[in-house]
Amino acid sequence: MSAVDIAAERARHPEVFRHRLWLPQVLLAAVFLYLAYLLWVFDFVRVFTDLPRMWVIVRLMLDWSHFAEWDHAELWQSMLETVAMAYLGSMLAVLFAVPLGFLGARNIIPARVFHFVTRRLFDGLRGLDQLIWALVFVRAMGLGPIAGILAIAVAETGVLAKLFAEAVEAIDRRQVEGITSTGAGFIGRLRYGVLPQVLPVMISQTLYSIESNSREATILGLVGAGGIGLRLSERIQINAWDQVAYVIVLILVSVAIIDTTSRYLRLRLIGGTNN
Amino acid sequence: MTALDDPAWRLFEQRFGALRRARQTETLLTFAAIVLLFVAAAVWTDFLPDKVADGVPRIGEYFGKLFTIEPTRGAEPVGVLSLSHLFGGVKQPQSVAYWFYRIDVYVALLWQTIQMAILATALGFAAAFAVSFPATRSLVGSGAAVFVTRRCLELMRTVPQVVLAFILVWPFGIGPLAGILAIAIHTTGTLGKLFCELNENAERGPVDGIRATGGSWLAQMRLGVVPQVMPGFLSYALLRFEINVRSSTIIGFVGAGGIGQELKRVIGFNIYEEVSAIVILILLIVVAIDLASEQIRRRFIGAMA
Repeated sequence: MSAVDIAAERARHPEVFRHRLWLPQVLLAAVFLYLAYLLWVFDFVRVFTDLPRMWVIVRLMLDWSHFAEWDHAELWQSMLETVAMAYLGSMLAVLFAVPLGFLGARNIIPARVFHFVTRRLFDGLRGLDQLIWALVFVRAMGLGPIAGILAIAVAETGVLAKLFAEAVEAIDRRQVEGITSTGAGFIGRLRYGVLPQVLPVMISQTLYSIESNSREATILGLVGAGGIGLRLSERIQINAWDQVAYVIVLILVSVAIIDTTSRYLRLRLIGGTNN
Repeated sequence: MTALDDPAWRLFEQRFGALRRARQTETLLTFAAIVLLFVAAAVWTDFLPDKVADGVPRIGEYFGKLFTIEPTRGAEPVGVLSLSHLFGGVKQPQSVAYWFYRIDVYVALLWQTIQMAILATALGFAAAFAVSFPATRSLVGSGAAVFVTRRCLELMRTVPQVVLAFILVWPFGIGPLAGILAIAIHTTGTLGKLFCELNENAERGPVDGIRATGGSWLAQMRLGVVPQVMPGFLSYALLRFEINVRSSTIIGFVGAGGIGQELKRVIGFNIYEEVSAIVILILLIVVAIDLASEQIRRRFIGAMA
């Protein structure tokens, strides 16, 4: 294509060759300036100046020569306690969330105000992180796994109730109408019209919540709410970095095992129809 | 002969009954296993009804402290739950204004928390962006590079970020820097994985076209893949930003900066009115960011896609 052709093309389609608006570029520059300002505010150079201290810690983490002297029984028991906390918390949450989910669904209870109130309640429970709930419950219940279990249960109730309510709202109405036409009451409609449609979602979400809560529960101990996090924080505070690394490996392996188990169970229980 | 006497029908009934009983036992067994596990876990963690009942009244105590005042020190607390009291002004103990008497400090800390989330998301985005191309199998020839980067990303997102922050506080000192780094590392891990999936689904056509004109690998990525995946990248980053705001409110519990550090302090010292003020502020900010980022997603990403 010669220069003349290009000029001709340019004349024929001016909109293609017109200079772009300058606004996006200015905005992008402003974003980068702001980020640079943030890097300065948070003293980001320290990442590089303090890096040698990080390497010291990493080196200490990789030295497992004292492996035999560690208190393995205590660590494994705490890990098991963490998983138990996650399971109990999730199951309690399911217990609360199933009725709440039905109550919060627009097609079960058609009152507008009620729907708004229940949904905001779920938002409130979800809005505060589990760790904040754990802090609150540690004040009330004292140190230990009970506070952690309640924290998981409360926060997860908000999450599951919302998901369950959405699942109930998304059902096919015809099945419920069919049950109604046989003369079934309210409970019968829920049991045979709604429940079979939402049960797979509920099971799958429950398994997922056990999975994600066992990940979350590992850190609840950092604020005194029981489980492996407590052991971890003790070992960080006394600078036992080799054991810190071991506990992290322990956590990662346990979480991987739970993930695999729950994937297997999900496939088995709901027949692998979705996810 | 009626249908019920039909041997085929009887066989059907028999088989159906057997199938039904088998399913019922299976359901029953599953249910028993769930309950058994529940009891075992409860015993193991000492989650027993009497222990829990012991603590329950103390949950109410918090709200009791919040809505009562002691007329003179040590006197019987008096309930003050009325609207006129609640909005009674700074001098009125246990009014909303009284809870928020240090509002200037909290607003500064909240602003710091949000800035931590912004910087951490940006850093994580940049790192995940850079790493996602070599970690996508359909875009690179070598399987080894993909394997190594994928495992690194996995490690980054599976280590809990609070744990990461706790560790990073040692080399980088107490303060927001450790928190930012922890959140940024986690963000790299999660966004990196999502970006890889987007890259994988990008159309091959533009990439092949640029290769045909002699473009380098970088040019293929820059001009062939990036324009396709950028809206998705930004959408994921915004979602992540929401999550990171939440994380940065709590990451201070281990001394890594933000409003969490202050919340941990006031809970530790039992300063009830400040606890309520901070908790209300955190709830407000989380809801506000949720709503704002939903709007942004709808406006910008919708326009781009």
